[in-house]
Amino acid sequence: MPENKMKELQFERMKWSLTHAYNGNKFYQEKFDKAGFHPDKFKSLADMKHVPFLDKQEMRDNYPFGLFAVPLDEVVRVHSSSGTTGNATVVGYTKNDVDVFAEVVARCLGCYGGTEKDILQVAYGYGLFTGGLGLHYGGEKMGCLTVPISGGNTERQLMLIKDFGTTMLACTPSYALNIADYLEKKKPDYDIRSTNLRIGILGAEPWSEAMRTEIENRLGIQAFDIYGLSEVIGPGVSAECTAKSGLHVFEDHFYVEIIDPETGEILPEGEKGEIIYTSLTKEAFPTIRYRSKDITRLYHDNCSCGRTLVKMEKVTGRSDDMLIIRGVNVFPSQIETVLMEVEGTEPHYQIIVDRKGALDDIEVMVEVSEKLFSDEVKVLDNLKKRITDRFRSVLGISARISLVEPMTIARSEGKAQRVIDKRQI
Amino acid sequence: MNVTQVSVFVENKPGHLQNVLKILGEENINIITLTIAETSDFGILRLIVNDPDKAVGALKKQSITCSTTDVLALEIDDTPGSLYKAIETFAKMNLNIEYMYAFTEKRQDKAVMIFRFDDIEAAKKALNKEGYNIVSKINIIGE
Repeated sequence: MPENKMKELQFERMKWSLTHAYNGNKFYQEKFDKAGFHPDKFKSLADMKHVPFLDKQEMRDNYPFGLFAVPLDEVVRVHSSSGTTGNATVVGYTKNDVDVFAEVVARCLGCYGGTEKDILQVAYGYGLFTGGLGLHYGGEKMGCLTVPISGGNTERQLMLIKDFGTTMLACTPSYALNIADYLEKKKPDYDIRSTNLRIGILGAEPWSEAMRTEIENRLGIQAFDIYGLSEVIGPGVSAECTAKSGLHVFEDHFYVEIIDPETGEILPEGEKGEIIYTSLTKEAFPTIRYRSKDITRLYHDNCSCGRTLVKMEKVTGRSDDMLIIRGVNVFPSQIETVLMEVEGTEPHYQIIVDRKGALDDIEVMVEVSEKLFSDEVKVLDNLKKRITDRFRSVLGISARISLVEPMTIARSEGKAQRVIDKRQI
Repeated sequence: MNVTQVSVFVENKPGHLQNVLKILGEENINIITLTIAETSDFGILRLIVNDPDKAVGALKKQSITCSTTDVLALEIDDTPGSLYKAIETFAKMNLNIEYMYAFTEKRQDKAVMIFRFDDIEAAKKALNKEGYNIVSKINIIGE
């Protein structure tokens, strides 16, 4: 579609989306009123600058259904970001939203060269996380034989790749490398190149060109990026094509802008900044000018795949303190909550994220205060175990807990540095 | 009367134990006996000292995590089989020992066993019944 035609379509849909959010949701209505904006005043896409931003905190404040713009009986599905009650974001989908979600994911598969003849093995987690079900519905929409194996159990993943003749594997990039490690160490006789596997659909965490090369070489596949946020819809907001240079944004459903994260000013095409999302067709959970905190740039090129959709660069950084660990979003505040819950006290702690081999490794150092201390080893071991278990159930990640002496964690101006990210991505 | 043990949290790293001992030495605290329970990343140093309150005060001032625990000090003959007999008493009474360690007294042919129980009073009662000599703080510190 020519760029100007796309802009016309976006304007029409934007007008609908803004009106829908305003009329259907009290929070948006009050927010727009306060900003002096009314959907009737929306005359062209240039008026976007008058629409107020939506941030993550506002989503949390409206937990669970405060941002829905349709009656609850029209909502057929929810997904949620990981987190404790205070930090979780719940997103809803009407029947139509579920269709749109499936449609954009199916388009992603098309971008990678997938067809209805493909066999798609979905090794993302199924559940509240958008990855599993998102890819699953997209695969079915495309007409693929879709295998809902979910994450983990590498032995079984490999068995099904061989037995079912899987051609496309969807998982996190770190899990793809984990499979490569597993093959090398435990299954030297398993020749992955002799299977039908040819495409890796990788996303949910940042990864580099170096990782792509490594995954492609070790698994004998073509590895493609799939990008998305549950706040916008889930995976399927944008996807790489066979050109492997940037991701095409499905801009007939998601309107994107780049702003200066400091000033909030819209930047011209080509400049790097924070990417802002507005849903154009979503019914249950309209996302209006959502501040993603993801840093990237937008551009048009004459893509060799023939698509005219705007492209975004692979996301390389974030403008806040959120960590993405093995595909799971983790905020330092959630870690605080877990520690608080375990012992009713907030100890000093530090999170060290590193990449050991293929997988992200997270270590949480906890200073042992008098309140936590005991003269018995089993009591301290239990404490470690309780924190570890809590991390797994609340954040969905396994972390190594180290108990350390007080004042070992460096403090600058009395405040401890909470996060050290040593990963070289 | 129970004996007060000082327990100190130390990371399993070079120099950490040394630091604790340095503080105690500078405060003129005499260590009568000690033991360390170690795990892969930390240890718990357990000390019997001449002045536990002073020791704890000095350590806390240096932000070292420590606490005091009541333990049972039992004097037994420094001869074969005497520890066995003492332990037999606990087993009979179904008393579980959390941990224990020992030292010998310089002045006589006696050994002192330090026991940590969940229920120290029940252990004392059992021992008294069997006629054991439970050592109080003063006995141990006696020069």
